[in-house]
Amino acid sequence: MLQVAKLECRRGDRLLFCGLDFQIEAGTLLHVRGRNGSGKTTLLRILCGLFTQDDGEVRWKGESIRTLAEDFRRDLLYLGHLNGIKDDLTGVENLRLATTLDGDRVGRDALWAALRRIGLAGFEDLPTRMLSQGQKKRVALTRLILSRAPLWVLDEPFTALDLDAVNLLQELIATHVAAGGLAVLTTHQTVPLTSGQARHLDLGA
Amino acid sequence: MFKVFWSVLHRDLLLAVRRRTDVLTTLVFFVIVVSLFPLGVGTERAVLRVLGPGVAWVAALLSSMLALERLFAADYEDGTLEQLLLTDQPLVLLTLAKIAAHWLLTGLPLVLIAPLVGMQYHLTDSAITVMMMSLLLGTPVLSLIGAIGAALTLGLRGGGILLALLILPLYIPVLVYGAGAVTVGAVALGEARLYLTLLAAFLVAALALAPFACAAALRISIE
Repeated sequence: MLQVAKLECRRGDRLLFCGLDFQIEAGTLLHVRGRNGSGKTTLLRILCGLFTQDDGEVRWKGESIRTLAEDFRRDLLYLGHLNGIKDDLTGVENLRLATTLDGDRVGRDALWAALRRIGLAGFEDLPTRMLSQGQKKRVALTRLILSRAPLWVLDEPFTALDLDAVNLLQELIATHVAAGGLAVLTTHQTVPLTSGQARHLDLGA
Repeated sequence: MFKVFWSVLHRDLLLAVRRRTDVLTTLVFFVIVVSLFPLGVGTERAVLRVLGPGVAWVAALLSSMLALERLFAADYEDGTLEQLLLTDQPLVLLTLAKIAAHWLLTGLPLVLIAPLVGMQYHLTDSAITVMMMSLLLGTPVLSLIGAIGAALTLGLRGGGILLALLILPLYIPVLVYGAGAVTVGAVALGEARLYLTLLAAFLVAALALAPFACAAALRISIE
């Protein structure tokens, strides 16, 4: 489904990776590993189309993501280092906006239920400015519960989370992969899967 | 599609309501700049009448400029901008919504406060009417052109100064015809129509082109 062919990327004079080839099918978790600065985030941003590679191509369902453009972005959910939530908006408002932009119609009750499930009961209508770092991360991760996108690209999703949230996130990813979804993530945490296959990609090795 | 436009517009307006100081700064800056001139050049009626249109327009230009830097910067810093870029909605529509919000927050207040400026400079009623009309047509152009510059300088160090250097020259036509309309309008209301029509033409052209340029610039800047 997601195919990467002869990918090459430089940052300044430094070669991050070249001749990178891999392919992941539905129901796969790809775990990108590597030292700090080995290009994990850059690779993930290339996969999303946020960053342009120097050479090579990323294909989704056999077509280049550049040609697919909006059709690819509909299938994608990306959570990066930045949470992508507005500090002055409440959790519910942030989430409503995110789902509207994703083209999903999610009812008010579903939004509240999702926030409660992620462990933010009682914080749903507080400006996220008042929340802790981990709680902000949880608001961002709530999108995983509501999303129907088959491809998840998650950059260090476990940082700042407590044990409960880590368990819940592992469960969410496992369910997604078991349901035939794809997940690409960078983390130093292990993600146990119930079904589907896990693969590793080592950068800078 | 309209729903997406509305939700981004609504978000930006809501954020502005929760953080009122940002909006007020622009307006207060405009009022202060405009009020400084009579203090500097004296209160002679004839002089002020001549200066009025130009001063009001230059002040409008500068205050619109002031808020531009934050147009995309806040979204860039908290990651909401990259999320906007990753939705399957047309980016042109999303940028247009952001520009519309910017104009409603920084351009429209200037239009509404213009009569006050007119009185300060002893402008005639017809000149004030023309000033409001010219600002109504001209300030959206400032927001539209300015947004391209804001998108291009996003994330650059010292982007603010670069933005001014990039955008101010492009504002010149709007300034010339905007202030021109008011000067002419003071003499005969009908004569100002030509200037206002030209401003309207600028607005149509900017509406058609600027969102596309802005969207393209955003994609480059986010890399």
